[in-house]
Amino acid sequence: MSIITIGLNHKTADIELREKLAFDKDRIVPGLKGLLELDTIAEALIVSTCNRVELYLSGSDEIESVNSACRFLAEFHNIDFEKLDNALYKHTGMEGVKHIFRVAGSLDSMVLGEPQILGQIKDAYDLALSTGSTGLILNKLMKKAISVAKRIRTETSISENAVSISYTAVELAKKIFEQLSDKNFMLLGAGEMAELAAKHLARTGVKDIMVANRTYERAVALASEFNGTPLRFEEFKNSLINTDIVICSTGASNFVLTKADMEIIVKKRKHKPMFLIDISVPRNLDPEIGDLDGVYLYDIDNLQDVVDSNMSQRLIEASKAEQIVTEEIEIFNKWMSSLYAVPTIIALRNAADQIKTDELAKLFNRLNGIGEKEKKAIEGMASGIVNKLIHNPTAALKADDEDRDMLINVVNKLYKL
Amino acid sequence: MIILFELALTFYMISMILGFVEVTKSSRYTSVGMTGAAIIGFFLHSLNLIDRFILSGHMPAISVHEAISLFTWSIVLIFLLIKYRYKIGLLGSFIMPWVFGFMLISSAFPREIQPLAPVLNSFWLIIHTMLAFLSYASFGLSCGLGIMFLIQYHFVKSKKLSGLFKRLPSLNILDDVNYRLIKTGFFLLTLAIISGSLWSETAWGSYWLWQPKQVWSLITWLIYAMIIHLRRKVGLRGRRGSILAILGYIVTLFTFFGVDLLLKGQHAFL
Repeated sequence: MSIITIGLNHKTADIELREKLAFDKDRIVPGLKGLLELDTIAEALIVSTCNRVELYLSGSDEIESVNSACRFLAEFHNIDFEKLDNALYKHTGMEGVKHIFRVAGSLDSMVLGEPQILGQIKDAYDLALSTGSTGLILNKLMKKAISVAKRIRTETSISENAVSISYTAVELAKKIFEQLSDKNFMLLGAGEMAELAAKHLARTGVKDIMVANRTYERAVALASEFNGTPLRFEEFKNSLINTDIVICSTGASNFVLTKADMEIIVKKRKHKPMFLIDISVPRNLDPEIGDLDGVYLYDIDNLQDVVDSNMSQRLIEASKAEQIVTEEIEIFNKWMSSLYAVPTIIALRNAADQIKTDELAKLFNRLNGIGEKEKKAIEGMASGIVNKLIHNPTAALKADDEDRDMLINVVNKLYKL
Repeated sequence: MIILFELALTFYMISMILGFVEVTKSSRYTSVGMTGAAIIGFFLHSLNLIDRFILSGHMPAISVHEAISLFTWSIVLIFLLIKYRYKIGLLGSFIMPWVFGFMLISSAFPREIQPLAPVLNSFWLIIHTMLAFLSYASFGLSCGLGIMFLIQYHFVKSKKLSGLFKRLPSLNILDDVNYRLIKTGFFLLTLAIISGSLWSETAWGSYWLWQPKQVWSLITWLIYAMIIHLRRKVGLRGRRGSILAILGYIVTLFTFFGVDLLLKGQHAFL
C-alpha cells in the first residue's frame, strides 16, 4: 500500500483551470465513489478549495493508481487530459505524506501561515469519513496531518503576525486602544483599499462610523453600506473632535488636514489618543501631524513596511515548521512500514493457536475424566509455551530493522504461512 | 523564622528571572511560572511579617528592615491585585526587579526586633502604616506602568512593530490603569496623612509638627493632586502623564527613604 497525492494549486494552475477542476460540495461524494471504483485504489479523500484541488489516495500500484486517478479527474470534469496533466503534481510514498503535512500546516498556502486551510482539510476529511471512503491508512494520515498542523501553530508563530494592510491597521488600532467597541471611526474619502480596511474595522466592531466625501451622494451611499452616518466634507474637521480612528483616502493633491488644524482638534479632545491612517497617494494628511503627542499617524508605506517585516518573520517561522514536518514524516514512516509485517504476525499467531487447540483436543480425548481444574492448568501451560515460542519472532518482525523484508520471507517459509 | 524572609526573597528572584525571560520570549509557562513564584513569595513574605508581628507585639514597621520589607510586601500585594483584575502582559517583568531589589536592601539591615515606645503602640500604627504603604505601592505600580507606556509609545511612534511591541499591552490600558492607581494612591495617601495627624495628636498632643516626613508627605500629596487635576482639566495623559507618574514616584521614594536618611527626621522607625 502506498500513499498518493495528486493535485494542482495556485502555483501550478491558473484560476480558469482551478475553477474547472473544483468539486462543488454535492459533487465530492460522487467523486469519492468514482475514485474507489478504480482497480488499484483502496482509499480516497478530496480537498477542494479556491486555491487547490487535491486527491489523497492509498493504492496498491503507484504508477497505475496515479494514471487512473488523473484520467478519472479529466473525465469527471470534462477537461482535456493533456492540458490537465501538465498542471498536476503527483507525489507518492513519503513525498505524498510530506505534501499533505505541508498543506495542512499552511506551508503551501498562497498566504503563508493563513489559518483557514486546516479547517478546510478537516471538513474534507469529515466528508470522506462519513462517505466511508477512508480506511486504516488515510485515517491515520489525516489525523496525523491535523496534529502536525496544530503542532506547527503552537510551536511556531507562523500565523501570528498580520500580513495584509487592513489586518495590520486593525491590529495596530487594538494595540493603541485596547478595545474598539467604544471608539468612533471616520472614513474620509473612498478608494478600494480604504474601503477594505474600513470594512475590516467595522467587522471588528467600532461604536460609530462616519463617512465623509467630497461628493455628498457618495458619502450617503457608502454610509449606508457601513451602517454609518454621512458627513459633508466641510464638516469633517469638526467631527474629528469625536473621532478616534480615521482612514483617509481622498484623492486630493494636497493636505486636507494640517498640523495647525490638528493641534486645535487635539486640544478640544483633551488629548485623547487618535489613530490616523493615510492610505492616499499623494498623502492627504500632513506628516507633521504625527509629531503631536498621542496622535498616531501611519501612511501606506509605514503599513506596508510592517506587512513586509511580518512576512519575513513568517518565513523564518516556516523553516521551523519544515523541521517539524520532517520529524513527523519519520514517525509516520515507521508506522507505515510496521504495517508490512502485520499480515505475517497475524498468520504466525493463528498458526500457533491452531496447533495448540488441536493438540489440546487430542490430549483431553486421551485423558478421559480429568477435572476442570486440571484442564485449566494444562491449557494454561500450553498457552504459555506457545506465547513464549512466538514472542521473539513477533518482536523481531515488529522491529524497524533493515532486514525486516528478509525476516518476513523467512518466517513465512519456516512456518508455511 | 528568618528562613521565611530568605525563602520569600528567593521566590521573588525566581519570579524576576522568569520575568526577564518573558521579555525576550514569552510563553505560557514563563508567564504562569512568574506569577506562581510571585504568589508563593508573597505568601511566605506574609508569614514572615505575621511572625514578626506576633514576636514583637506590634506592627512590623519599626526597624528599617521591617519598614522596607513591608513597603515591598505592599508593592507585591497591589501588583497581584492588578494582575488579577486586568490583563496586563509583562507587568511582572517590570515590577519584580524592583521587588527583588527592595527586598535585597531590606535584607541588608539588622533583623533584630526593636522595642517600641508604648505610647506609639496603638491601632493607629497599623492603620497609618498600612494606608501609607499601600498608597506608596499604588504609586510604585503607576510608575512601572508609566515606564511600560513610554516604551510602547516609542514603538508605536517609531513604527517598529515587532518583538517587544507584540508582547507589551496596549497604550490605552497602560494609561487607564496608571490613572486609576494614581487616584487610588492619592486617596490612600490622604487618609494616611489624616490618620497620621490624629495619631500624632494622641501620642504627642499636636496634629501637625512640621516634621520633615510630614512636610514631604504633604509635598507628595500636592504633586499627585496636581497630576490628577491636570489630567481632569487639560487631559494631560499618555506620554506626559506617564512621565509625571514616574516623577511622582521619585518624590514618593524620597519621602519614604530620603527624608529619614538625609534629613534625619524623627519619624517612627528612626
